[in-house]
Amino acid sequence: MALLELDDVSVTYRIAAGEVPAVRGVSLTLDAGTALGVAGESGSGKSTLAMALLRLLPRDARVGGRILLDGEDVLAMKWGRLRAVRWAEASIVFQGAQHGLNPVQRIGDQIAEPLLVHGLAKPDSARGRVAELLEQVGLPAWRARSYPHELSGGQRQRIMIAMALACSPRLIIADEPTTALDVMVQAQVLTLIKELLAERGISLIMISHDLSVLADVCDRLAVMYAGRVVEHGPSREVFHDPKHPYSAALAAAFPTVGDPVSRLAPKGLGGDPPDPMDLPPGCSFHPRCPVALDVCPTLDVELWPAGPERRAACVHVRPEKAEPAETTLEVS
Amino acid sequence: MTETQTPVEAVGTARPTLLEARDLHVGFPSRGRRARAVDGVDLAIGEGEIVALVGESGCGKTTLARTLLGLERPTSGSVLYGGTALEYGSKALKAYRREVQLVLQDPMGSLNPRQTVYEAVAEGPRIHGLPGEQEVVASALSRAGLRPPERFFLRYPHELSGGQRQRVVIAGALALEPKVLIADEPVASLDASVRGEILALLLRLRDELGLSALVVTHDLGLAWNIADRVAVMYLGRIVESGPVEQVLTAPRHPYTQALLSVLPESPERVVLTGEPPDPTRIPGGCRFHARCQVLASGRAAEAGVDGRCRAEPLAVLPAVPTAQAACHYAAAVD
Amino acid sequence: MSAVATGSVAWSRRRLAFGRFWRDFRQHRGGMVGLLALVVAVVLALVAPLFIDQSVTSVVSGTGAKFAPPSLAAPFGTDESGRSILLMVWWGSRTSLLIGFLAALLSIVIGMVVGIAAGHFRGWLGATLMRITDWFLVLPSLITAMVLAAILGGSTFTIIVAIGVTTWPTTARLIRAQTLAVEARPYIERSKALGGGHWHITTRHVLPNVAPLLLASTTLEVASAIVTESTLAFLGVSANKTSWGTMLRASYDFGAATAGAWWYIIIPGLCILAVVMAFTLCGRALEAVLNPRLRKAG
Repeated sequence: MALLELDDVSVTYRIAAGEVPAVRGVSLTLDAGTALGVAGESGSGKSTLAMALLRLLPRDARVGGRILLDGEDVLAMKWGRLRAVRWAEASIVFQGAQHGLNPVQRIGDQIAEPLLVHGLAKPDSARGRVAELLEQVGLPAWRARSYPHELSGGQRQRIMIAMALACSPRLIIADEPTTALDVMVQAQVLTLIKELLAERGISLIMISHDLSVLADVCDRLAVMYAGRVVEHGPSREVFHDPKHPYSAALAAAFPTVGDPVSRLAPKGLGGDPPDPMDLPPGCSFHPRCPVALDVCPTLDVELWPAGPERRAACVHVRPEKAEPAETTLEVS
Repeated sequence: MTETQTPVEAVGTARPTLLEARDLHVGFPSRGRRARAVDGVDLAIGEGEIVALVGESGCGKTTLARTLLGLERPTSGSVLYGGTALEYGSKALKAYRREVQLVLQDPMGSLNPRQTVYEAVAEGPRIHGLPGEQEVVASALSRAGLRPPERFFLRYPHELSGGQRQRVVIAGALALEPKVLIADEPVASLDASVRGEILALLLRLRDELGLSALVVTHDLGLAWNIADRVAVMYLGRIVESGPVEQVLTAPRHPYTQALLSVLPESPERVVLTGEPPDPTRIPGGCRFHARCQVLASGRAAEAGVDGRCRAEPLAVLPAVPTAQAACHYAAAVD
Repeated sequence: MSAVATGSVAWSRRRLAFGRFWRDFRQHRGGMVGLLALVVAVVLALVAPLFIDQSVTSVVSGTGAKFAPPSLAAPFGTDESGRSILLMVWWGSRTSLLIGFLAALLSIVIGMVVGIAAGHFRGWLGATLMRITDWFLVLPSLITAMVLAAILGGSTFTIIVAIGVTTWPTTARLIRAQTLAVEARPYIERSKALGGGHWHITTRHVLPNVAPLLLASTTLEVASAIVTESTLAFLGVSANKTSWGTMLRASYDFGAATAGAWWYIIIPGLCILAVVMAFTLCGRALEAVLNPRLRKAG
């Protein structure tokens, strides 16, 4: 059954200059024990969406639609219930591990804090639990006595994961958990995340701009552009055979070493991300799209079926019978 | 230096050496100890060549880059530009700045938020008193792909996208018409979609202007994308270097093998345990031996080199363009 | 687009930025009140010679009775020599404000130069400058100023120097901290790689970034210089010219309190209070407008 269900979720920021639609009608489901990757560039709304899941957005953001966690609408929850849900059922690992930790508090105390706050452990039993958590993330128990500055970037990211695991949540939301980490440390952290998923049946929502990392860890992938999901499906398939040109650009951005096609031929996407307050008409991606057609600026794209369990919001996968009156398209 | 013939010339490559590090050592005090950030490096960058310097953070690659730029002074050894040793007088350094330029990782931080694009790009020409400032700025911006340049003159960094900002930084470097660009993680803080565009720009600048580049990165995919040669650095030394095709498809040093194995697409993973070691405590013998998977698996013992791995330091790899690895095991099994 | 056009557009940008600043500043009611009060005070001090002259402070030209209470002829009463307190306060504002501005300027300039130098040059030069700053910081500045003024002799100039050289260390500390923060930014590294020398980096990158802080701290510094001048005058070290401080001193010397001449004490005191308040209000508003961190929080 679905652990998390997003139904037409939208987030709008109200600023002095007007309203900024950051997320525009996103519907996704996450089955228990699976991992969903959300990909997109900065400004695509992926981080906003993650924050919206636990209602962590600033006050000037308005969230619409429904976010069902275990059938319960997060947006309708009372404050006390929401507090219990954050940590105990779903917890979040932020990017930039160096800012997520209190520099003047010992690691152990920081990990134990949610346990004590939620009454899940007594101060004396918390110590054992902290040691257990540290071991789970591959750190020795004596690290509990360290301060954040005594740890390396990779170790701090492990601590963040240990903190997220503290209350045994069923869902972890990880926002760029490996950005700014070295390849080797990134591999260590990703291996750890994969082990935790496999061993403890935790569900994961992972957010990144690196499609290759997401494809490696997640079962399914959703690619976001300008606040909308433009493609989703099984991660390997989306990565290796993207149906939306934007997914294709993201997939090509990180080359496979040894692949002669990408040798001395870096692939990028021209143009700049759209201004959310002034989105292009029709398909928002059309000004940057390498395979745009004449209809794209006027076409209302939606997520059309694009293969088994796959959907993409691109004119090139639009089913024939949904074709309006205009001329037949040459799909290249 | 009495020896004028560089090893590169001896091998007879098509590209004459432009910028070179010769037996370079850079150390500085760190928490009461001495960190040997660069601990014996020979590295040559040829004219029109793009070299990727790959390694984890703390391996000394940024210190090496800064030393090549003359922003850091070597403890011993020398930096040679066009065959002559770099001097550290302020006049000599200022002249050197017109030859070798820098592109930093974080384009937002590399631009003064109070300066317009025009002022940021004109900074170099103004410092060096170049004539025709406005033409210089306009042509640098358009070469960096910001066209028409006038449209960007009066924009502020916060009004630009990440990719545009990095183009402004590159334009600022190009305005001095350097021969070499040293780019420290030029795309690490950019979005995936922009990354390829900036890398393509570096390649195009090489093709159009004959610009050489040293790209410092932890990203092997980047090396594969744009570099002619790659040098893999570990704890202050280059442990493997050579043409990209050779090093990245048939790596010989266990460290390079491990780095390649953790890329998302690779079939079998060798995740090295532990954090990158500390440049204040460089182990004896092969400096990689404590983390080496070949030594740990017993293959080094089979080849009969395990004792040497632990006890015998390796020689500094010379600055030759051919593939080479500083590894007892690789030398034994070849 | 010609170079001239670029220049003029850049200029209009600057005007736009100033417009934005002014709009933000106007939001602060306290700042506006302070600014208005300051403008009035400064204009009055500047136009004073058109209406009165030095003679209003002359002991022999006092026309009124001794310690006369406020009346139509002397709205704020008279002093021990029958001089009008109103005219004295008006004329005295010239000295008080002049000393306040110039002493603050001196203090800010020294503090800025030392602060930027100490932040920019690490190593022995920076360390030495900081030790000197610390040494001045722990000196009791009022006593030092008194000693300095006593040694140099009492003139407007020596009072300015005495206040200026004793109050700069706090500014230097503040500016050094900001300089260190700016110098850690990658654009400083970029500027060095472009060939920028010490002068270039400090004037093009550091100074513009510390300038807002400097401006805000100048206004506060003026207020404190006016108070210091009054204090020095009250303690007997003065420029031998009528200022609000010397008036207070005189009121004390001639027993205005025991004579019941409250106006002699209250009026100069209120003048000091009003101007200091005005500067402080302006400074706080400037700080809030120019410091982005405060602005975000507010």
